[in-house]
Amino acid sequence: MKQKFNVITSTCVPLPLENVDTDQIIPARFLKATTREERFFGDNLFRDWRYKADGSLNKDFVLNDPTYSGCILVAGKNFGSGSSREHAAWAIAGYGFRVVISSFFADIHKNNELNNFVLPVVVSESFLAELFESIRKNPKTEVEVDLPKQTVTNKATGKSEYFDINGYKKHCLMNGLDDIDFLVQNQKKTELWEQQRK
Amino acid sequence: MNTLFDKIWDQHVVQQVEDGPTQLYIDRLYCHEVTSPQAFDGMRARGLKCFRPEKIYCMPDHNTPTHDQDKPIADPVSKTQVDTLARNAAEFGLTHYGMLSKDNGIIHVVGPEKGLSLPGMTIVCGDSHTSTHGAMGAVAFGIGTSEVEMVMASQCILQQKPKSMRISINGTLGKGVTAKDVALYLMAKLTTSGATGYFVEYAGDVVRNLSMEGRLTLCNLSIEMGARGGFIAPDETTFAYIKGREFAPKGDDWDKAVAYWKTLKSGDDAVFDKELSFDAADIEPRITYGTNPGMGIGITEAIPANGRMANSPEQNFQKALDYMGFKPGQKLLGTKVDYVFLGACTNGRIEDFRAFASIVKGRQKADDVIAWLVPGSWAVDAQIREEGLDKVLEAAGFAIRQPGCSACLAMNDDKIPAGKLSVSTSNRNFEGRQGPGARTILASPLVAAAAAVTGVITDPRTLL
Repeated sequence: MKQKFNVITSTCVPLPLENVDTDQIIPARFLKATTREERFFGDNLFRDWRYKADGSLNKDFVLNDPTYSGCILVAGKNFGSGSSREHAAWAIAGYGFRVVISSFFADIHKNNELNNFVLPVVVSESFLAELFESIRKNPKTEVEVDLPKQTVTNKATGKSEYFDINGYKKHCLMNGLDDIDFLVQNQKKTELWEQQRK
Repeated sequence: MNTLFDKIWDQHVVQQVEDGPTQLYIDRLYCHEVTSPQAFDGMRARGLKCFRPEKIYCMPDHNTPTHDQDKPIADPVSKTQVDTLARNAAEFGLTHYGMLSKDNGIIHVVGPEKGLSLPGMTIVCGDSHTSTHGAMGAVAFGIGTSEVEMVMASQCILQQKPKSMRISINGTLGKGVTAKDVALYLMAKLTTSGATGYFVEYAGDVVRNLSMEGRLTLCNLSIEMGARGGFIAPDETTFAYIKGREFAPKGDDWDKAVAYWKTLKSGDDAVFDKELSFDAADIEPRITYGTNPGMGIGITEAIPANGRMANSPEQNFQKALDYMGFKPGQKLLGTKVDYVFLGACTNGRIEDFRAFASIVKGRQKADDVIAWLVPGSWAVDAQIREEGLDKVLEAAGFAIRQPGCSACLAMNDDKIPAGKLSVSTSNRNFEGRQGPGARTILASPLVAAAAAVTGVITDPRTLL
């Protein structure tokens, strides 16, 4: 969904595991849909961690813990590794997350988040560790993500970091534009390039 | 600078977006049934036609059953997805190799074997194992569904240029050590994120001496180190493989193409953002013990004693071992195996079946092992029969199934039951990858064959 992005302030859901792969974010058996049903994918986000094998709720998993809520997911290093399935980004968006904070993202998944108006925010290892600690001490800890200024702030400690995003993508996110709009507008340029190549 | 990656990338730049990504021209888009339907929907919603339909090839592979393909797919949801691809391909005027066509198979097996993936090309697919095609000397990488739609709409994609890395493996591989073991070794050394942000060029004697099948296996697994793609500069091995294939250039075009392909190599003065070098003598047949492909050991080694030694946070390490039912410091030789899977875009090619057959020849499948042998394509299946490997396998108690992705990700009904231990030639041992609760050990076709005939984890060198 094309949601315009500006400043987001929210409490967080912490997932302090490393190497969370897209098979965990959305298992392959939920990839059979032929439409972009974000609700369906969101309902099955982290399916096999949220539910036990017998279908009952796994009360130990963070998404089932009412202590934690908000539209910011905070995850350990190397988030979204493995399969290129964009369904993982649809599941994250469908669940209601607008931002994912981690110290490191897998390449394809990072692009998939951006293409679905979910903002991946890369922070330093120390910022991430401190944020997990703040959330552990106070689950109502808020984080402010300011896209225009490209800053992320842990409101519990007041610590702030600058995060990287290229100017083009920032413009797209803030204005609800996507890459397909851009590429279609540039078809003439592509045709010219094809002719010159021959 | 002046790497082969730079050359191919730079030759495909349509424009550099100001303070943004590169608009990169794509020579080949492959589509399978799982990651394309929403892209086609997007095209319809925008009222667009495919910009260069002749450059797009579609085939179902993820959902296809590996038996009774002449009958309707039993799972109605899988059937709908497979039928949707056929309908979309027809509507948008794209080539489609349907399930009953002799051209069908796993997209990353079919592309190279038909000569659709060629040196110097840019190749994408909504599938992270698109890196496979890098073995042809192409820049090939996996993309998301929105990006599939970009390529359908414009034959271009917007991407940040990755950094470049060269990994050289020198020396000579020992007996029973294959391209799969080299890849599993690299993943353990680099971890699953060690090459994230990079495109990898594989080099060195070991890589030069690999067959095309071995190179396809090595490049296939680039993504498991986090790399966007991996490739090998084309050489005589590459040209000999391509020559005569259905879509390979013919006649004068062939000579021109080869002359061009011979220029596709990194300059002597090439500068990589990162260079790594490994010695083949350090690599033995490998297995994984955890829940990501980087958690691997030599087959005679023990599982690390703790997370620090495994290069993994303690919490992750323990969670993985709990899932697998293994203990820190445990050796896996002799561990009972329930399932063996030979196949996938990683190891579903003719050489993999030859390797498997070389071990099981004159032996018998262990009674309590269930083995699924799934060729990567109908062309591989035909070659198996032509070489008489089917007879060898059948005499040893194995049956050959029909082509598809199968138990690699268990989207069809080839699911490993919860708790069962599988030795698999596929590419991922993530939790639940081969079915909810399934436990996966990744290995080469030789290790898989050794497990299949002995019923336990066995060093294949003892059977060669």
